[in-house]
Amino acid sequence: MYHIIQTETLAPTITKLTVEAPLIARKRKAGNFVIVRPTPTGERIPLTIVDSDPDKGTIVIIVQAIGKTTHIITEMVEGEYLMDVVGPLGEPTPVSDFGTVVCIGGGVGTAVIYPIAKALKEAGNRVVSIIGARNRELVILEDEMAAVSDELIVTTDDGSHGKKGFVTDALQEVITGQGKPNAVYAIGPLPMMRAVANVTREPGIRTWVSLNPIMMDGTGMCGACRVTVGNEMKFACVDGPEFDAHEVNFDELIARNRTYAGPEQEAFSTWKNRTETTDCKHL
Amino acid sequence: MSGNGQQKKEAGDKAPDSKSQNKKAPKRQKVIALKPKERMKIPRHLPNEQDPMERITNFCEVSNGFDIDKAIAEANRCLECNDPVCMKACPVNVDIPAFIQLLYQGDYAGAIRKIRESNYLPAICGRVCPQENLCENSCIVGKKLEPLAIGKMERFLADYEARTGTFTPPPLAESKGQSVAVVGSGPGGLTVAAELAQMGYDVTIFEALHEAGGVLKYGIPEFRLPKQIVDEEVDRVKALGVKIETNVIIGRTLTIDELLGEMGFGAVYIGTGAGSPRFLNVPGENLSGVYSASELLTRVNLMKAYKFPEFDTPMQIGNKVVVLGGGDVAMDAVRTSKRLGPEQTLLLYRRSREEMPARIEEVHHAEEEGIEFHFLTSPVAIHGDENGWVKAIECQKMELGEPDEKGRRRPIPIEGSNFTIETDTVVVAIGQSPNPIIQQTTPGLETTQWGTIVVDADGATTRPGIYAGGDISRGGATVIQAVADGKRASRSIDTYLTKLREEAVSGSTKKHQRQE
Repeated sequence: MYHIIQTETLAPTITKLTVEAPLIARKRKAGNFVIVRPTPTGERIPLTIVDSDPDKGTIVIIVQAIGKTTHIITEMVEGEYLMDVVGPLGEPTPVSDFGTVVCIGGGVGTAVIYPIAKALKEAGNRVVSIIGARNRELVILEDEMAAVSDELIVTTDDGSHGKKGFVTDALQEVITGQGKPNAVYAIGPLPMMRAVANVTREPGIRTWVSLNPIMMDGTGMCGACRVTVGNEMKFACVDGPEFDAHEVNFDELIARNRTYAGPEQEAFSTWKNRTETTDCKHL
Repeated sequence: MSGNGQQKKEAGDKAPDSKSQNKKAPKRQKVIALKPKERMKIPRHLPNEQDPMERITNFCEVSNGFDIDKAIAEANRCLECNDPVCMKACPVNVDIPAFIQLLYQGDYAGAIRKIRESNYLPAICGRVCPQENLCENSCIVGKKLEPLAIGKMERFLADYEARTGTFTPPPLAESKGQSVAVVGSGPGGLTVAAELAQMGYDVTIFEALHEAGGVLKYGIPEFRLPKQIVDEEVDRVKALGVKIETNVIIGRTLTIDELLGEMGFGAVYIGTGAGSPRFLNVPGENLSGVYSASELLTRVNLMKAYKFPEFDTPMQIGNKVVVLGGGDVAMDAVRTSKRLGPEQTLLLYRRSREEMPARIEEVHHAEEEGIEFHFLTSPVAIHGDENGWVKAIECQKMELGEPDEKGRRRPIPIEGSNFTIETDTVVVAIGQSPNPIIQQTTPGLETTQWGTIVVDADGATTRPGIYAGGDISRGGATVIQAVADGKRASRSIDTYLTKLREEAVSGSTKKHQRQE
C-alpha cells in the first residue's frame, strides 16, 4: 500500500498526487515511469514519474481522468492509499547538452515533459518550451515550465490563453524565427506527436517522443506495449518509452491503443452510473 | 514425526531418508494387504472431472481429483517395489512408495509430510507436474496396465490437508544468522525459500508483480491451478518465516549488487523465469487483435479479466480465435480463449500431433472442449482490415523432414500451399525468452546467446554468491524442474554460506551478516 500524502487539482480533470515510495524515489531518473494499480480489483496502468524527492521518499504523478482507473485515481485524496506502485520503469531520457532544445507538452503530456525540460536545463541547454491545451482551464504547470525554460510559449486550440493554435504552429514559428533547434522532445496525444514528427522530419531535427501504449507488467513480459520503431518490434516498457520520433509507426500504435476501447467504455459507464447512484443516496 | 498416535507408522519410519539413497536400498516393509496379483487386477482410478460442455462456460477447476475412497483404492495398486523406479524418475526424488503406504494406512498427515520432505509444493505439483512423463511413466504397474495415478494421490493428500486445516510447519533449524535474497516467487523461488528457511536462514523473496506466485499466478489458468491453491502454498512458505516483498523489480527498484552490498544478503537466488514472449516475425503481427499468450493469460489469470467488469482489466476476444503453438502455454491459451466465449477456437501447430510438446492430458482436455486442431500448418502473414484489426491469417502447409537436434522431425514448408483462415483474434504462443532485466543490470553475470544465465552443476552463476535456476537458466522447462533446480541451489547456497560462516569464525574480515 502506497500512502498518498498530498493531492492537488491542476485542472478540472487533472490531479497531481504525491505518493510515498522511497525505493522508487531513490532510483528514479527523468523519463522513468511507474505502474499503478489503485485498488484490489483495479487495472495496472503506466504513469510517468513527474518528480521525486529521495530524501522525503516521495514521487509525484499527474493523472488525467479519462477512463475508470484514471477517474478512481484522480478522485483519491490525501491519506488514502494506492494499492500497488512499482518502478522505476523504462529507460531514462537521454539527457546531454545539445545546445538549443525545444520541449513540447500537449495536454497532460506537459506533466511528462516537465521533468525532461528540467533535466535538459540542468544539463546546460537553452530550453524553449511549448505547452498546448484545448483551452485555458486545461493548461497545466505553466509556472513550473516557465521556471525551467529560457522561453515558454503557451498555445490553446480556442485561443482562450496564449497563442491560438496548435503546438506544431508554434514549433514551426520557432524554427522559422530562431533557426533549427538542436533537438526536440515532444510528449502528448499520439496525433500531436505524429504531427511534431512530421514538422521536424524534413529539416532533419533530432526528435524524441514518449510513447504510451497499452501496458500491464512493465517488465517486458506481456508484449502488449510492442511498437514498430524503424521497422523493428520494440517493447515500450523496456526499450523505451522514448523513441526517435521519425522512426515510430504512429498509425499502428494509434490503432493498437484502441484495442480495448469497447470494454473500457463499458467499465467506465458501469462505474460512473454506480457512483452517481451513491451520490443520490447522500442527498 | 508426531501427532499420529493411532496410526501405524512402521512404513514411514523405515522408509529410507535422502541420505541413504546412494546406498543399496534397504528392504522396504510391505504394508498393503492385497497380493500383488490382486493389486494388478484393480484398474486405474479416474478423477471426477467437470463435464466438457459445462466447464467451457466457467473457469472452475476441470479435475476434482480423488476423494478419500478413490485415493485409498488407488494406493492399493502399488506393488511396493523394493527399488522404486518412480522415485528415481521424479526430478526431486519424492519417496513415492512411502507416501502411498502412509496413505494406504490412513496416515494422511504423515503421507503429506513425507512428500514435503522432498517437495514443498505438493498441492501445485500434484496438479501441474507432467507425471505421465516422469514418475507414472516409469511405474512398474504401467508395464502391463495403466500406471498408478501418483499425481492424483499427491494432490488428494495436499487438498485433504488444506481442507482439514492440519498443516503444521516442519521444524526449523537454529538460526544461522545469515540472510538470502530470492528473486522471483515462482515455483523455484518458493522452493529455495522454503528449503533455506528450514535450514535456519533468514529469507526474503522479491517479486516484481503485485502478487506472489510467478508463473503459477500469471501463467497457469485458474481451471488447471486455482489461485487459492497457490495462495495457500505461498502461505505455507511464509509460515517458515519467509518474507515476501511484492512490487520490487530487481534490476530496477533494487539491483543484485545492492542486495549483496548495502542490504547485507549473503547470497542471491535468481528465479525470474522465462516471461518475455516470442513473436513470429511475420507481417501484421502488431495488428489489433493479435496478442501474445502472455498478455492473454496475464489478463485473465493474474488480473482476472474473466470477471470483468467486476475486475477492471478486460480481455477483448472476438468471434473466432486462432492460437499458434503446440506447447503447454498454447494449450492454456486456447482453452482460456474458449472459456471467454468465441464461436470458434482453433489451434495451429506447424508439426504433427506426435511432436507436440504439450502434456497429453491437456491436449485431451482441449479436444474434449471442442478446440479444433490444425496440424502441419504454419502462419506466414496476418492480414488486417481498414481499422488495423486482424481479419485473416495466411498459412502454409508443412511436411515433416529429418529429426532436429532434439529428435523432433523438422517441419518443411510445402510450396504453393498457402491458404487463409478468417479470424478476428490471433494469440501467439510459440515460446518465451528469459526476462533480460537482471542480466542487463548485473555486471559479471555470464549469459548465453539465448539470454539465459549460465550456471554450473551446482546452480552457481559466474559470480560468487549468486545462484540461478528454472527457466532463467534453462530457457523453458517445467514447474517441477524449477523445483528441482531450487533444491539443488539451496544445497549449494548452504555450502557457500557455511564456508563464509566458518571463515568468519576463523577470523576472516569478511562480513556477510545482514545488518538488521
